[in-house]
Amino acid sequence: MSNIISELTPLEIKVFPLLVKESELDKIVKETGLKDIEVQRAAQWLSNKNLVKLEKQEEEFINLDINGVEIKEKGFPEKRLLKLIEKNNMKRSEILKELSSDELNVSIGLLKRQKALNIEKENELIFSITKEGILLIKEKNDLEVFLENIFPISVNKLNDKDKKAMNELLSRKNILKKDKKTYWFAHITDKGKEISKEIGKDSLKYEEKLSSSMLKDGSWKNKKFRSFDINSKVPRINKGRKHFVNEAIEYMKSLWLEMGFEEMDGTESQSAFWDLDALFVPQDHPAREMQDTFYLDVEKSKIEPDLFKKVKSVHEFGGETGSKGWKYEFSKDISQQTLLRTHTTVLSAQTISKLKKEDLPKKFFKIGKVFRNEAVDWKHLFQFQQVEGIVVDLDGNLAKLKGYLKEFFGKMGYTDVRIRPAYFPYTEPSAEVEVYHPGKKQWIEMGGCGIFRPEVTKTLMGFECPVLAWGLGMERIILAYYELTDLRDLYRNDLEQLRNMKSFLK
Amino acid sequence: MPTIKLNKERVKELIGKDLSDEELKEIIPYLGTDLEEITSDEIIVEIFPNRPDLLSDEGFSRALSSFIGNKIGLKEYKSEKSKYDIFIKKEVKDVRPYTACAVIKGLKINEEKLKNIIEIQEKLHVTYGRNRKKCAIGIYPMEAIKWPITYTAKKPEEISFVPLEKSVEMNASQILLEHEKGKDFAHLLDGKKLYPIFMDANNEILSMPPIINSHKTGKISESTTDVFLECSGFNFDVLSKAINIVVSALSDMGGKIFDVNLFYEQDPLGKLTTPKLESNKSFLNKNYIKKYLGLELSDEKVVECLEKMGFGVNIQKHFFDVFVPCYRSDIIHQIDLVEDIGIGFGYNNIESDDNRTYSLGKENYSEKIFKKIREHFVGLKMNETNTYSLVSKDIQNKLVDNVVFVKNALSSEFNSLRRNIMINLLHNLKNNKMYDYPQNFFELGVIFKKDNSEFTSIKESNSLAAIFCSENVNFTTAKQHLDSLFQDLNLDYKIEKDENNIFMSGRTGKIIFNGKIIGFVGEISPKAISLFDLEMPCSGFEIELDNIISVLKENNK
Repeated sequence: MSNIISELTPLEIKVFPLLVKESELDKIVKETGLKDIEVQRAAQWLSNKNLVKLEKQEEEFINLDINGVEIKEKGFPEKRLLKLIEKNNMKRSEILKELSSDELNVSIGLLKRQKALNIEKENELIFSITKEGILLIKEKNDLEVFLENIFPISVNKLNDKDKKAMNELLSRKNILKKDKKTYWFAHITDKGKEISKEIGKDSLKYEEKLSSSMLKDGSWKNKKFRSFDINSKVPRINKGRKHFVNEAIEYMKSLWLEMGFEEMDGTESQSAFWDLDALFVPQDHPAREMQDTFYLDVEKSKIEPDLFKKVKSVHEFGGETGSKGWKYEFSKDISQQTLLRTHTTVLSAQTISKLKKEDLPKKFFKIGKVFRNEAVDWKHLFQFQQVEGIVVDLDGNLAKLKGYLKEFFGKMGYTDVRIRPAYFPYTEPSAEVEVYHPGKKQWIEMGGCGIFRPEVTKTLMGFECPVLAWGLGMERIILAYYELTDLRDLYRNDLEQLRNMKSFLK
Repeated sequence: MPTIKLNKERVKELIGKDLSDEELKEIIPYLGTDLEEITSDEIIVEIFPNRPDLLSDEGFSRALSSFIGNKIGLKEYKSEKSKYDIFIKKEVKDVRPYTACAVIKGLKINEEKLKNIIEIQEKLHVTYGRNRKKCAIGIYPMEAIKWPITYTAKKPEEISFVPLEKSVEMNASQILLEHEKGKDFAHLLDGKKLYPIFMDANNEILSMPPIINSHKTGKISESTTDVFLECSGFNFDVLSKAINIVVSALSDMGGKIFDVNLFYEQDPLGKLTTPKLESNKSFLNKNYIKKYLGLELSDEKVVECLEKMGFGVNIQKHFFDVFVPCYRSDIIHQIDLVEDIGIGFGYNNIESDDNRTYSLGKENYSEKIFKKIREHFVGLKMNETNTYSLVSKDIQNKLVDNVVFVKNALSSEFNSLRRNIMINLLHNLKNNKMYDYPQNFFELGVIFKKDNSEFTSIKESNSLAAIFCSENVNFTTAKQHLDSLFQDLNLDYKIEKDENNIFMSGRTGKIIFNGKIIGFVGEISPKAISLFDLEMPCSGFEIELDNIISVLKENNK
């Protein structure tokens, strides 16, 4: 028994003795000034310990609706109509000064049935009262008696006569409305009765909190401490978290670093020259059009003249790369447009342009934002993250490229990688990367890869060198991991979501 | 990239093999096209822009039949000499200077074929022709034309004819203003004093390229058997390839190819004939194949792979002579042949090579600092956000200057580059209004401002912003957090009183580090708070990190 008492919370100790005298929870709320939810909770806990038994009672109430309130004040419209025409016949237009047309129409129906009214038609309708009508004015009917009650009124407490009146009134528009109220009762059990006698005894007083003063003066030695229900739910801690996408990026970055890759750096705004021309994307390529790329409203970009000449000639006739080029007139204006980078490959182009032959082999990566001018929906964003990687190695080739991708995706938990032909203006061979998801048992497209064209490498580096390159969509990997389907969920920055996302672990 | 619907039965007939849907699904993706779907009667594929020759049932089947080993090697097309002459006047020089032409006879056109021919024309217009800018193709029934033809340019008011599918004559300006196609493509003739036309010996206008044909002389029908083809644009080689692509497909349909003699009045080209259907000889270095693919292939294997891809090959000692068919426009470097060898070999047959040279990983120093800062703020129970670099111009205009605007944004919510992150964080508080306070956020990211001293005329900086929002926040909250960050980084800063649009007058200052202004701190002004529909006090700071990072790098060397 003392075990149970030692587990009682202060709230239960407050509420429990009251339940001995009063079982209705609403009344206890009023008596104690405790909150509704506190009393409810205490009763629930006591019930869990079998000290009380909970009972729920529902009661139906009847209350006045809008029209009911008005009728209670002014009387029923049919009665008011009769009173109007009691002495003199009246025209419809005169009556409408006192009654609304709705009220008049209802009254006509009711009174005609009771033969209390005559209507004649001259220029307009004229109303007169009958003998039956005069009688009706004098007596107070059941409906009027019913409305004299104080509302709300419990349906259970009504007698048959009242109920009949109630049903009749319910059939009329907006006079009465029904409400339900739930009452909770906590009936004390036999076990509860025994326990209640013990509560309050000094020998069974339990301390809620161990305080510093008890520790200072040693009084804790003579005290008992309440035993807690250690399985009960506790309030959540509001924690601080990294953004889950950034966490995933950090993780993937660590994989590339482990694999011996150097991180690249560079700006999000770029010239069309670096983003596209340097990568041998022809200036009339459909992807460069306004609807695919964000162009920025600033002064023309500046371009290094020597490199500009080289890139121009490689586009026009292949320059010194052994290529025929794209055969068109290269435009400086188009080159000088400023845009938001459409791919992180622009960083690869800038990086290799700074390399010397004796630096090789080199491996680089970047996980960075890229932009496409698209309307946002569940599978399109105008801004997303690309996982870019290059291996600049005179001994690099397509088979090795496949090897690097296999290693990275292996570390990400994908058991197999396959490639199939694709097309990008700056790589040849080009391929689409697919990885095998062992859980879903299916192949997922992850992005593009290839080897930079000689038109790119020879122009930017001064010598031809296979540069293995890939640009992977990071969002796909994250969506799969967090089992999300809507891309927008990644950048919603909803506080609850930010706090509660699981950690990115592989 | 264009998606095309191929007639499944026609493809099977052309390749001469009855492949099952499963087999087609296995093979097509490895041919170098993206397979979208196979339905009961169609094969839907996405054609990559480098292979316009695959944009027809005929062209696609030609590649597929050779890829499966059915009709391998170089496919040659021949044209017959003719007396069809076309005179290209000097007037077109500044308008649309070149054309390449051909005549096809003996086509048995039915409804299906007619549809296919128009489809090839349309798809080439959109892709290879860059919406008719780079090249536009016209097809005319021979029976309506009196040879020779003239390609010239005239003033718009001198050009008048009944455009295709219309019943009344219109002049050139009317066509560009009123006709559907005229309106769509009018921009291609913008600023031209003369408009180009093809005209026959009766001075009957055949068409006004790249806009529209004449109804009288430029409409092919099911009764047409012989057609005149022209292609107009700005580079003769480009046009010549386009004509070859159409001609080879029509020849595969059963047509016979005839030359057209071109007489250029004022151009180094002078007199020549098209189509030029000879294959092009290219050299392919043997070492080059292994270098890029990493495959050890015998000469015979290389020949097999190239023939599967439709090339002709002669083996030489150190190289191959490769004969590129007339319809391939994408072989501009020997690397393009290497890729086709890879495709012929099968990308799925290439084993990954895991040998690699040793190298050390290296993280950007700035990223290391970002990681530290993240840890710092997470330890202070703040939540990191990751918001867009694009924000509303209207809002930025109210709060900051030197903002970079986007020229062609689709949405007024995202039409300028963020000048600071604080605006994103305020916006983010607005999005989280339904949750309890306190709400404390931080973000690391790039901010942008106009700066003509930069190459791109835009200065980008790495920035850190933090915002605190609850009933009890004030200037002290922001400064405490700023202090604690600098203490962690073992650096000093100063604050000087300042005024700006985001913060409350008298409760804000600029942050000075190493003698430079790097940011601001303060209580957010009620005006700014209400601009974001918030009803809760906020304070915060934002600092540009680049200076701090370089000092840290120096200090910790």
